[in-house]
Amino acid sequence: MFDDRSPIYRQIADQVKADVVSGALDGDEQVMSTNQYAAYYRINPATVAKAFQQLVDEQVLYKKRGIGMFVSPTARDALRARRREHFFSDVVDPMVAEARAVGIPLGEVVARIEHLADQDEQARRAGREDR
Amino acid sequence: MTLGIEVAGLRLRYRDVTALDDLSFTLPGGRIYGLLGRNGSGKTSLLSVLAGFRKASGGTVLVDGQPVFENPGITRQVCLIRETGDIGDRDERVGEALHTASRLRPGWDGDYADALVDRFEVPRHKKLGELSLGQRSTLGMIFGLAARTPLTLFDESHLGMDAPSRAAFHDELLADFMARPRTIVVSTHLIDELSPLFEEVVIIDAGRLVLQEETEALRARGADVTGPAEAVDRFVAGRTVLRERQLGRTKSAMVYGGLDERHRRQARDAGLDLGPVALQDLFVHLTQPSGGPR
Repeated sequence: MFDDRSPIYRQIADQVKADVVSGALDGDEQVMSTNQYAAYYRINPATVAKAFQQLVDEQVLYKKRGIGMFVSPTARDALRARRREHFFSDVVDPMVAEARAVGIPLGEVVARIEHLADQDEQARRAGREDR
Repeated sequence: MTLGIEVAGLRLRYRDVTALDDLSFTLPGGRIYGLLGRNGSGKTSLLSVLAGFRKASGGTVLVDGQPVFENPGITRQVCLIRETGDIGDRDERVGEALHTASRLRPGWDGDYADALVDRFEVPRHKKLGELSLGQRSTLGMIFGLAARTPLTLFDESHLGMDAPSRAAFHDELLADFMARPRTIVVSTHLIDELSPLFEEVVIIDAGRLVLQEETEALRARGADVTGPAEAVDRFVAGRTVLRERQLGRTKSAMVYGGLDERHRRQARDAGLDLGPVALQDLFVHLTQPSGGPR
């Protein structure tokens, strides 16, 4: 489930964030308890607590005393904004490097992106006609 | 209820052999600890002293602030399960051994023990001497859990258990620990398999303490730096390098500690790949005669 190398708490934190970004976890929704996470992943509960603490520090989660951990209502937008900031350096630049390495002209990459953009546009128009 | 452990300047000698040498550490109660060390490093000696089975040659060993040796008030609250799973006479039947344990252990949970015996399919009517190594180990684990002692020590107790039984046992250990927090120390060679269960690890070598650290923090300390040999050499110069490997012009160096976000960025900018290191690899190099960060 986890690779046995990078810190597990970081992997848990990343997974919760991914769930928030994808919408699998909604704002103000309660997340599973420390013990539920620990049992599910077969890890020490202190490790889960550490992941949750990091997420509280980053304002992804908030704590309701005696009840549990909840997703901050602003978390999704904040995480998406942060991911947008790093999108070009994290996703596009490596993609361009890979295209160069395997000999795909960047023009083809651009054409592909334009093709996908056209599909989006057509889908949008079709949706408008339906109404 | 949980018990903390304080060890200071602990020495243990068998005739002319020094098994434990000036060992000092403190383990707050209520956590699961991993005790790691190579064969002959002193793990079993240390656990035997913690359980009051052996008398220290020097130094102090306090459990819950009290000396352990010949202190029934404490030893009653400590359960050591040894690798051989020697929990009774060879001629004793499993059912009888369970009954004996229920009389000796004030916190013994008979229903829980019975449920585990059923779940792990240990034959009740068999004599202890007739059990396979895996069955003996499983029974030992059951004794350790059902004793519900505030301090429970497992010394390589999973020997001979197959992977599915170990996984089921780890689930049980975690579940019972969360339901009834107590202090648990597990010695093992299966580092990557068990380390996710440990909040902290204690590593000993040749009877001495190598390190005591939060498992996650230790894991984060290692990094594999891979790239063109000259670039790797430049980057790791002046750092603690635990291992180097070279394949053609590509070199990989395992560095220990001292890498912050800025260093990681520098490495990436220099075209180097930074990968995490498995705890077991760190352990191997921290306990090698030539290696070690000291």
